[in-house]
Amino acid sequence: MENTHTTTAEHGGEHSFDTKAIWRTFRVLLYITLFELVLAIGYYEITAFQTHTFKHILNGVFIILTLAKAFFIVAEFMHLGHELKNLIMTIAVPALLFLWFLGAFLWDGNSYKNLRNNYDRNHLEQSQQKVEKTEHGAHEAKKPGSLE
Amino acid sequence: MAQAVPADRKLWSGGKSPFNVEYGKLMMWYFLMSDAFTFGAFLISYGTIRFSSNSWPDPNEVFRAFPVVGNMPIPLAFVSLMTFILIMSSVTMVLAVGAGHANDRKKVLFYMALTILGGIAFLSCQAWEWTHMHEEGAWWGRNPFMNIDGSQSSTNFTNFFFTITGFHGFHVFSGVVINIIMFIMTYRGVFERRGHYLMIEKAGLYWHFVDLVWVFVFTCFYLF
Repeated sequence: MENTHTTTAEHGGEHSFDTKAIWRTFRVLLYITLFELVLAIGYYEITAFQTHTFKHILNGVFIILTLAKAFFIVAEFMHLGHELKNLIMTIAVPALLFLWFLGAFLWDGNSYKNLRNNYDRNHLEQSQQKVEKTEHGAHEAKKPGSLE
Repeated sequence: MAQAVPADRKLWSGGKSPFNVEYGKLMMWYFLMSDAFTFGAFLISYGTIRFSSNSWPDPNEVFRAFPVVGNMPIPLAFVSLMTFILIMSSVTMVLAVGAGHANDRKKVLFYMALTILGGIAFLSCQAWEWTHMHEEGAWWGRNPFMNIDGSQSSTNFTNFFFTITGFHGFHVFSGVVINIIMFIMTYRGVFERRGHYLMIEKAGLYWHFVDLVWVFVFTCFYLF
């Protein structure tokens, strides 16, 4: 209850607007996106990297970088980082539900896949059958060692 | 804690607002909160289906086209351009909000115009991408792309792609409409008479949210 009364001076009517900080945020977002692209294209071009383990590590890196970008957009562009702590918490705490949401459902999907492959061999065989290259993919032969 | 309060007595008798933001801005935050869960549900259902599939199409193969140039040697080039446009329009939106703080009507108009142009440019890019994919035979219920391991793919990929980018594109569209309304109101001097440009801030929050969602859509569809 105490902190509801401590709101005054620095957060009052006019915040001084820092144009430099905006451009700094822009550059951070741009560099992160470019870095992600370099990783994605590097993975695509260099066949030696195309293993399961490496793809998992890469996806982890993408998740971290995406969350970093989201943080900068919300904190700087949407100005949430400069609001009162109580307001930040009413937004940030409910967002933690996403942790359960994401974890539970991806786990469910993965479990469904494993159960189905175990008990429906027909489905497994069907899903492993190669098809003729369609017109679209014709310009490139299947990459060796690519992820299944 | 559930106490009955007489109808004529207010729980909060005024004074300093606990969050020190205007009512409309706070409600915009809570609306965006709920919208985030809607998008989250879409993206997580996409993830669930993808986790339950034995294989999935390779985004580097699907998204490699660029207008005029045709198939690029660099995959994902076009979608990077779209990302850049959206981030850039977010920057001009913040600059418009900043100009609003300074009560500078001309600058607000200038930056709002740039933001609207950015939004229209993004929508045009998306329209091109959709058209291109449609020409390749992709649509709801139709998937011409094979899985990365060379097996037959289901239509899950295209269904999710068009639904989620379509839902996001609809948000961009409504954001552009809101921004145009803000532009007209600024032009007619409504905010100048009102003495503040808080409406620009609220429209700005919505616009940044659209950018925020794109960051996640970009990762989920084009990078993973």
